[in-house]
Amino acid sequence: MTTYIIRRVIQSMLVLVMVTMIVFLVMRLLPGDPIYMLITEDDLIQSSEEKIAALRHEFGLDKPIPVQYINWFSAAVCGDLGVSIIHRGKVAKEIIGRLPITLHIGLLAFIISIVVGIPLGVVSAVRRGRWLDTGVTLLANLGITIPVFWLGILMIYFFALYLGILPVQGYTSPFEDFWMSTRKIIMPVFCLSVFPIASAARQTRSSMLEIMRQDYIRTAWAKGLRERLIIVRHALKNALIPVVTLKGLMFRNIIGGSVLVETVFNIPGMGRLAVDGVISHDYAIVQGIVLLIATVVLVVNLVVDLSYGWLDPRIRYG
Amino acid sequence: MPVLLEVKNLKTYFKVYHGLVKAVDDISYHIKKKEIVGLVGESGCGKSVSQLSVLQLIPTPPGEIVAGQIIFEGQDLLQFEANGDEMRSIRGGGIAMVFQEPMTSLNPVLTIGRQLTEGLELHLGMDVNEARNRAIELLSMVGIPDADKRIDDYPHQFSGGMRQRVMIAMALSCNPKIIIADEPTTALDVTTQAQLLELMTDLVSRFNASLVIVTHNLGVIARYAQRLYVMYAGRIVESGTAKEIFGNPRHPYTIALLNCVPRLDEEEGRKLVPIEGMPPNLLNMPITCAFKPRCPYHIERCGQDPWPDLKLIEGQHYVRCYVET
Repeated sequence: MTTYIIRRVIQSMLVLVMVTMIVFLVMRLLPGDPIYMLITEDDLIQSSEEKIAALRHEFGLDKPIPVQYINWFSAAVCGDLGVSIIHRGKVAKEIIGRLPITLHIGLLAFIISIVVGIPLGVVSAVRRGRWLDTGVTLLANLGITIPVFWLGILMIYFFALYLGILPVQGYTSPFEDFWMSTRKIIMPVFCLSVFPIASAARQTRSSMLEIMRQDYIRTAWAKGLRERLIIVRHALKNALIPVVTLKGLMFRNIIGGSVLVETVFNIPGMGRLAVDGVISHDYAIVQGIVLLIATVVLVVNLVVDLSYGWLDPRIRYG
Repeated sequence: MPVLLEVKNLKTYFKVYHGLVKAVDDISYHIKKKEIVGLVGESGCGKSVSQLSVLQLIPTPPGEIVAGQIIFEGQDLLQFEANGDEMRSIRGGGIAMVFQEPMTSLNPVLTIGRQLTEGLELHLGMDVNEARNRAIELLSMVGIPDADKRIDDYPHQFSGGMRQRVMIAMALSCNPKIIIADEPTTALDVTTQAQLLELMTDLVSRFNASLVIVTHNLGVIARYAQRLYVMYAGRIVESGTAKEIFGNPRHPYTIALLNCVPRLDEEEGRKLVPIEGMPPNLLNMPITCAFKPRCPYHIERCGQDPWPDLKLIEGQHYVRCYVET
């Protein structure tokens, strides 16, 4: 088990190096120059060739790309993600300021998708072919196909502008004003959780249907157990493996999906930071966020793989 | 001995896309207290379905018990709701089952102990410790060494024969009156088969229970069964005591089945005779005898008149055939 974890961590390191390399290169291959973006904002007329060169040197952008990468990566390993070219602030600080906002919305959506999606799938499988199942399947298919930004705009129009019962956009910290904060995140959290709920419900349903046909479920019935006990104790644990895999993949969706949701609802989270970073060619910001997302994905994947062993005692790590 | 379970005119049909499959078509049989009864027939003849019907374990849809009565201790089990409280108290508590596939009949993610104790807690109202101690006792009773340690193992840590022993322990755990063993040894190798049958019959008599052995192998039950029912295409074609059937088989199908089984007391060099042809497709069955296409003895009447009723030969020996063999 320990050997397995160590091996996985080493593999993850390699993946991190490759991911950051690719992002590093792609950012620099994009047309546009962060220094010009910076100068445009300051004073375009007074700038001279020397000043531009000085700025370029200040951010280390005058060095060859491999050297830039090595400098950045060795600093990043020590926790220094560099300085934002546009904001002039520490990237790490910038990200830490935005992260709680994204996590607040993202984690809530993630938890809701588990708490709602899995039971919906179970109920749907157990009542297969009844109206409840038909309803869940229909909604799940709808939930998977609806684009998040479209749903967001529609909700803003209906609940905020037409009914006027929810704030249009923005974010308030729950520590500042809990009630206001909750009112503001209802729509973004809903939008962000629709797809994970739908996919979890579908996966759980098909997985449960498969398990309920197994011989050991018949054995459980033959013992005289209650239906509820058979579902929870005998079927669900067996059915959860594919669902856990899916939920692991969905975790990434929290950060990935936040890009759209935060843009639609004008929330100053990490997704917005990433979008702004790409638009303004703020290399350090984009690299820092990608590094963070990649790390999260790798950690979640490891946790998912380890959870298989807990769910199914036949799985051993070696 | 009093009759413990009486099945009357049971019909279990499956509605499939192409029509109606009459898996069990009007069968009647009974089981007495402390009796060992064999139910014999080929794959797909309805023997398993008839046994699952007793506990209403038929997946519905597509299956449905269309008609009949299943009288157990004076109550008609078919009057109970399929997964209702009364039916559930019979399952495991009054009538227990041992299934064919030991490899897949135990839940892979629960320990052996958990799977044994849940029945004890449910039917005998034991608390966690009592149930665990009883489970260890039961495991050693079915011949699992170091039962107190192995109780915390998972099914994949047991061999097929060991798992079937666990299934037997599970079936016996709540002191049922009847144990239905559905092809209990089919998936095991021959040496294990004999051991398990010996163990099962021994324990059943110690627990004062009755045993129904469902099998396609007449050789398997020749030694143990006191009475036999031979099934073909959803019906019982011959029934009687083991002595009557093995000594004087009357239905051509029973005769053919016996010809497939090697015997130790016969002369050397006899070829085993397979039954020609295939078991019938239970979809769209003719009303005439279903065995006629494979029957070497059939007469003209077999292709014209409907399948005859069971007719008494002597004692408890009944046969469903026009031909006087």
